[in-house]
Formats: sequence, C-alpha cells, structure tokens
Amino acid sequence: MTVDTAARTESTPLTHRQLPRRIVPVVLAVSIAAGAGLAALVGFSLPALAILSAVVFTVAITTVSGVVEGRRKAVDRLVTTLVYSAFAVALVPLISVVWSVLDNGLVRFGADFLNTSMRNVTGLHDQEAVEGIGPYIGGAYHALLGTFLITALATAISVPVGLMTSIYLVEYGRGKLAKAIRFFVDVMTGIPSIVAGLFAASLFAVLFGVGTRNGFAGAVALSVLMIPVVVRSSEEMLRIVPNELREAAYALGVPKWRTIVKVVLPTAVSGIASGVTLAIARVVGETAPLIVTAGFTSSINSNPFSDWMMSLPAYVYSSAMRPLSGSEPQPSFDRAWAAALTLVIIVMALNLIARLIARIFAPKTGR
Amino acid sequence: MSKRIDVSDLNVYYGDFLAVEGVTMAVEARSVTAFIGPSGCGKSTFIRTLNRLHEVVPGTRVEGKVLLDGQDLYGPAVDPVVVRRQIGMVFQRPNPFPTMSLRDNVLAGIKLNNSRMRKSEADDVVERSLRGANLWNEAKDRLDTPGSGLSGGQQQRLCIARAIAVEPDVLLMDEPCSALDPISTLAIEDLIAELKENYTIVIVTHNMQQAARVSDRTAFFNIAGTGQPGKLIEMDDTTKIFTNPGEKATEDYVSGRFG
Ligand SMILES: Nc1ncnc2c1ncn2[C@@H]1O[C@H](COP(=O)(O)OP(=O)(O)O)[C@@H](O)[C@H]1O
Ligand SMILES: [Mg+2]
Repeated sequence: MTVDTAARTESTPLTHRQLPRRIVPVVLAVSIAAGAGLAALVGFSLPALAILSAVVFTVAITTVSGVVEGRRKAVDRLVTTLVYSAFAVALVPLISVVWSVLDNGLVRFGADFLNTSMRNVTGLHDQEAVEGIGPYIGGAYHALLGTFLITALATAISVPVGLMTSIYLVEYGRGKLAKAIRFFVDVMTGIPSIVAGLFAASLFAVLFGVGTRNGFAGAVALSVLMIPVVVRSSEEMLRIVPNELREAAYALGVPKWRTIVKVVLPTAVSGIASGVTLAIARVVGETAPLIVTAGFTSSINSNPFSDWMMSLPAYVYSSAMRPLSGSEPQPSFDRAWAAALTLVIIVMALNLIARLIARIFAPKTGR
Repeated sequence: MSKRIDVSDLNVYYGDFLAVEGVTMAVEARSVTAFIGPSGCGKSTFIRTLNRLHEVVPGTRVEGKVLLDGQDLYGPAVDPVVVRRQIGMVFQRPNPFPTMSLRDNVLAGIKLNNSRMRKSEADDVVERSLRGANLWNEAKDRLDTPGSGLSGGQQQRLCIARAIAVEPDVLLMDEPCSALDPISTLAIEDLIAELKENYTIVIVTHNMQQAARVSDRTAFFNIAGTGQPGKLIEMDDTTKIFTNPGEKATEDYVSGRFG
C-alpha cells in the first residue's frame, strides 16, 4: 500500500481535482437567482432575466472551475457554456414562431376550415359571427387544393429536369459546358422569388396573352426556384456514390447509361428523394411568385390550366392584408393564422417525410 | 472458353503522364499469370487496359495493341462494353452492389444487361457461380440478404462469383487479397487454383509468396523513379523468376533487397 502511494507521487499524476457533477445545476440555480435580482434592478422582464442569468452563470462557472480544476478545464467549461447559449439563441425564433402560429392558428383550424372554401363568404358573415348572430364560416380548401396542384406540377417539371441535369454534371459533363451549367445553376439559386414569378408571368403573357394567370403559370414560376435546388442536392448525392460501384458494373460489361440507371441512381435514391422533398418544402410556402402568376380566388378551381387558382400563401396574404370586413377584421386574421398553421404543418410533415425516405431507401447492410 | 492475350508495345497515359511504357507480353490461356512490382509501377494501370477499363478515367489514352485470341481490343470498331463482357475483373476492395441482395449481386452481370432468364436457370447460375467461388455453403441460406452484410473475405468471393457468373474468357484480379485476412486469402488462392482449369487468370499481387504459390508465370514491373513510366522488366516461368531471374532488379525485388 505504501509502496503503491510512493510510486504514484513520484510519477506525473494522472488525476487532478474535479468539480462534482452536481455543480452545474447548483451554479445554474444560483445564477438564475442572481439574474432575477439584477433584472429587478433594471426593471424585470423575461429576456432580461435570461440574459443576465446566462452572463452570471458563464462568469461563475468559469471562475469556479478555474480555481478548482485549472485553466484548461475552465476554458472547456467557458466554451461549452457559450456553445449551449448560442444554441438556445438560435432556438428562440423557431420556438416563438411555432408558438405564435399555434396560438393564433388553432382558433379557426380544424376539419371545417380544411373542407370549405371562401365562396360566397362575405364581410357580413364575419360581422354576424363576431356579434354572435351567425357561425364562423369560410375555410381554405380551395387554397389547399391549389397549393397541392401547383406544387405537384412544379415537382413534375423540376424533378426530371433537375435530376437529368445533375446526371449530366456528374456522369458526363467535362470541360466548358459543364462549368457553364454549374455556374448558371448557382446563379439560378440566387434568383429572388419575385423575379421567378415575373419571368413566368411574362412568359405566359407572351404565349397566351397579357394577364393570363393560372395554376400552371404558378408551377412554372416555382420550378424556376426548385430546379437549382434539385440539381444541387442530386448532384451531391450522385457524387458520393463510390466510383468502385460504377467500375464494378462496367467490368461486367454493363453500358454506361444502364450503370447509371440501375446502379448509381438506386444507390443514391434515398438522398435524391429526400433532397426533392426538402426542395418541395422550400417552395411550398413561396408567396410572391404565386401572387403574380396564379392570382387569387375564393372558389375551388381544380384545373391548373385555366382560371385563377388560390394557394395557401396567397390565402394568408389576402386574408391578412385585405380582410373581408373592414370593421371586423379579426375573423379574417384568424383564417390567415389557421392557413399559416396549415402551411407550417405541411412543411414540417415534408421534413419528416424526407427523413423517413432517407431511412427507408438507404442501402441496407443486413447486419 | 479461355483465351490468350498478346500485348505488344503498349503505352498507357493519364493525360500527358506516361504511366506505363512499352509493355510486350503474352498471357497464356488456362494459366495464372502474376504481376509483381513495387507500388506505383503501373500494375493496376496496366491490368485495367486489358479489359478497356482504363479509359473510363477521363483524359486517359492507350497506344499499342492488345490481342485477345488474335483480335485487337483497341481496334477501331471494337465496342469496349463487349470486351468487358468477355474479360471479367475483381478489384482490390470488395465492391458488391449495396442495393442488391446476394442473389442479385451474383446475377448482376445478367440482370443489369437486361438478359431475360427463367427462374430455374437463374437459380442454376447462382448456385454454380457461388459454388465456383467457394461461397455456396455460407451463402445458400441468406441469398435474399444484402451483399454488404457479408464479411470482407465473403464479399470478395461474392465479387468473384459475380465475375464468373457471366462466364468470361479471362479473369483479371487486382490485388484481390490485400484487404483480406490470411484465412480468406487462402480460400481465394485455392479458388484461383480451381478457376485456372477454365479461365485465363491474371492476378496483381503485392505478396511474393502468393505469386509463387498460385501463378504459372510471373511478370515483374519496375519504375526508375517517381514521375517515370513503369516498365515490364522481365516475364518468365514463376519458378525461374523466384529462383534464377534474368535481371538483377528482379532478383533484388524478389529477395526483398528492394521495395
Ligand atoms: N487516376 C489516375 N490519374 C492520374 N494518375 C494516376 C491515376 N491512377 C494512377 N495514376 C498514376 O499511375 C502510376 C501507376 O499507378 P498504379 O497503376 O496504381 O500502380 P500500382 O498498381 O502498381 O501500385 C502512378 O504514378 C500513379 O500515380
Ligand atoms: Mg494497384
């Protein structure tokens, strides 16, 4: 025993003094108390409490750790605290957006809202509803249908074009043409969405007459925004397919195009599909391009090739900016929030679907 | 079924870089030919010219002739895809297709080329190829599981099964055992000895004992220095190369005084 201790003190010790694990919650509790005190001095508010507590905690934990555990541990604790704080700050907008959309949107959201359109709903109904003489009516079925049709069409245009472009870039493109395409795809990524909308609007004006607005024009506008996203994400996915698999197929005497269709694409399909889903999520909430191409309507239109077509973003915009009843705008605002909630749900669902797709289609290891 | 290969005056380039210079050699049918030599001397580059796989790397080119039973692989009207159907290849790292089951991996050369085949016929091919690759006993109960679920040695034998399923005339192997453990290596060496009955086999190896064990003839490649082209120094019966080589460089290499 004694020999043992002697041997240990002679060599460099492998252990050093450590703060107990419970120190973090303890210091945190003390910091929040101190933060509350300080916040009371400057006039109490929740943000002030959060910020002051965070500052006190950062200083306290670093100092305590510096005294007990030494410099390296103290720096580690400081940086850990900063990283967590940055994460919390980044989360604030997300949580507050979700919170306010839920809080305001749930007032009108429901099966009735998703199943009815705005046809024949007037400001008078809204006034009666507020006065308690009539029911709250009017929904976003037409907008939901429009968003679905326009996005589906945009996807049907963008996926083949985008996927084939990325196949060209990865499998065939060498030299100047490929460089030029890559450059223009980058430029397209940066196009402001209103410009895409105006492009589609003027294209349809030239082809079918000035003032032509329909769902298809909206789909073309969205494709302009969607194609570069699809090209970029598919390109990345195709690039990470190992070259060895291509060579294995070539060595079996499989022609290049069939290697691409039967080996490269299936290997990359999970990434491509989830990239496409994210691209859809990206354009489904686009407002400006749809306002100038698909227009507004209060009725159900299931034909994207003729007449104006409502979409959820346009619905939110018109309900919020032009309430049906000037004197009682609240029912319109409630509908705008409910439609916004619908959009958020769609986007979140698409993100979840993208993850599911990535998991389901991923090559299985079978272990 | 098996064919001989005659190479004359072959120069192989990556862009402007001459990687292999002036190779002339004969590879006999139904025999095992080993390529040995230090890293970077162009063994992989050269073996890939034998099934026209070299040209899938952009910017590459080949000068000279490669005759497969008298027909020039680099002739003007030759379709590289057809060449590759007759000359199979096994790579250094096992590369089964991750999206396919074991069975589909074996049938890949047939299925990917859209050849139709009755199920019983396909079953025969799968069994024959897997038996040929010494994998049947381990694989027969899990034919529908993904090929990537096998161990490294099993994956490599699966790749061999995949290569022989299309019944090529020649089988090229680029360091097929370098990623494997000694037991899997031994299994593959036994396999090569069996395959030699029916196929012309060319194998690149870093392992001199392996070359001595499996091959009938050995070709020694060397390189004068980095940036220089690799060259064929000499080619002879394996026993001669390892006991009484004609060149000093070969003797230094096989006796371990070099590389
Ligand atoms: N894809 C490539 N592009 C350019 N040079 C290459 C490529 N592959 C191999 N080389 C070069 O060709 C030479 C021969 O390489 P390699 O055939 O792989 O040698 P070995 O298989 O004998 O180790 C080396 O100098 C290597 O740097
Ligand atoms: Mg090599």
